[in-house]
Amino acid sequence: MSEMTLSVAQSYAIPRRVGSHRARQVVNYTMTGLCALAVVIALVPLASVLWLVVSKGAHSLSLAFFTKLPMPVGEVGGGVGNGIVGTLYMVALASCFGLPLGVGAGIFLAERGDGTLGHAVRFTAEVLAGVPSIVVGVVAYGLIVVPMHRFSALAGAVALAILMIPTLARATEEMIRLVPRSLREASLALGVPAWRTSLSVVLRTALGGLLNAALLSIARAAGETAPLLFTALNNQYWNLHPLQPTASLTVQIYNYAISPYEDWHQKAWGAALCLLIVIGGLSLVAKLVTRRREAA
Amino acid sequence: MPAAAATHASTTTPPPRHAHLGDRAFAVVVTLLGGSVLFVVGVIVLVCTRLSLPAFHKLGFFHFLAGSDWNPVEDSFGALPFIYGTLVTSAIAIVLAMPVAIGLALFLTEMSPARVRRVVSFFVEILAAIPSVVFGLWGLLVLVPILRDVVEPALGRWLGFLPLFSGAPLGIGFLPAGIVLAIMILPTIASVTIEVLRTMPSALREGALALGATRWEAIRAVVLPYAGRGIMGAVILGLARALGETMAVTMLIGNQPEIHGSLFAAGYSLPSVIANEFAEASGAIHTGALAGLALVLFGVTLMLSASARLLVRLSARRLVAA
Repeated sequence: MSEMTLSVAQSYAIPRRVGSHRARQVVNYTMTGLCALAVVIALVPLASVLWLVVSKGAHSLSLAFFTKLPMPVGEVGGGVGNGIVGTLYMVALASCFGLPLGVGAGIFLAERGDGTLGHAVRFTAEVLAGVPSIVVGVVAYGLIVVPMHRFSALAGAVALAILMIPTLARATEEMIRLVPRSLREASLALGVPAWRTSLSVVLRTALGGLLNAALLSIARAAGETAPLLFTALNNQYWNLHPLQPTASLTVQIYNYAISPYEDWHQKAWGAALCLLIVIGGLSLVAKLVTRRREAA
Repeated sequence: MPAAAATHASTTTPPPRHAHLGDRAFAVVVTLLGGSVLFVVGVIVLVCTRLSLPAFHKLGFFHFLAGSDWNPVEDSFGALPFIYGTLVTSAIAIVLAMPVAIGLALFLTEMSPARVRRVVSFFVEILAAIPSVVFGLWGLLVLVPILRDVVEPALGRWLGFLPLFSGAPLGIGFLPAGIVLAIMILPTIASVTIEVLRTMPSALREGALALGATRWEAIRAVVLPYAGRGIMGAVILGLARALGETMAVTMLIGNQPEIHGSLFAAGYSLPSVIANEFAEASGAIHTGALAGLALVLFGVTLMLSASARLLVRLSARRLVAA
């Protein structure tokens, strides 16, 4: 420690000539100002995006927008009802695969993750979280679309599930590790087998945190576009069949945005507002769940 | 299961007298679930490789990577324009996002009161939660007109002698794609940097302040040298995100498989071409070439994230040791 401090001091901290007090203060305030400026610069695009999505999107919103099918270009009215349902449907389907695997992997990391395999899994999960979602789309295409010879909601859901697993695993592990050790020890001291302790004492205590992590990963999955483009494709009509192509809110936004029509741009803003409401709602519920568990 | 029993003993639970059947079953199930993460990586590599084999057979891997012509009609596939576009947009993103993100992280951890920190962290979280396609929409309908009518003509007038800023202001192209990427990777770099700065023992910082250093001198002399590796890791993580980002870039880069020196020109990126052509790819060679691009993307981002995570971890370990 002292050695390191010295080496830093020699190379860096103690200049040959210390500037005047005022000069040092000026540098200090300038740099503080620049860092504060960075905060402002970072928040300007956020404010712009949120403001425009809300103000422009609000024009499109109506009951019909939530419940009707999309209309061909030129015809007034129509909505993105099938996209909203499609997104919710695929996310629900993805949760069926993704949640058990992700939470299970997290339990493994927290309960038995101190060995070599645990370290390998933890590192892989961290790295996997950085894999582009479009690559996962290609994988779901190869796994589901190629053997079945058709684009389907199932393929889209598989892609979303793969994306959910790594982040959920790490979040679950952290939530479980927050549970005080004394709880576990008390349970074991009462003669409860280790596995029952893990499930009905530790996991139950961490339940609020797990719910929070699960909701956040679902919200993230709802915002994905790239892995759906060539797995679930798109659909002009309602669909709840797992083996048929399915519309999604995000792909609809994409198609409307890149079209040359002013009317469709308007719809893209409306659909974007819908999407932000879905994602924001899920995150809000997640926050409330955690807060209530903490209060209890 | 001697290995599992040994790790069991060393971890949070004390060793059970005799392993119950339930304990064994629990261990097996949980280990299988944990192994699924490794399995997923295996599946990704296997599926991408299998899909791309026809293209590699026909074109040859290095010829495919170095080729600059992309023409699906004539079965001519070269990855170079996409690699170039991905690198250029990511470079713009890093150059723009790095100073802002690090400045923001320093402000939040070293300078601001706790209340400001909470509020700003909350907004940075929101920024990270906005879907890529919404940024694309915003970029296309808001940023592009501004760039086309105001920023690019001005840059062309004053800095037009540089090849970087030459050519007609189109609005779409490398520049808007890079700018939106910068906005999108900013939360990644900022949050990892904050995480790294938090692990630093405050005694070091306080020591510098007690010796009479100003806040900024403490940052320069103590905080930055110690957290340097971790911040480097944060930037690499941001780079990995920028390389793989799909929707916003696809909507802004112009989608022309060409290589231009000017930032105003339209280009193409690896994820964008996959997004645009995969669903309609005709034949095994075209699909294979696109899957090959996905494989390249996967390999590069995997290596970048792995090295970034190692850097962050090393940095944290050194701080704890100190």
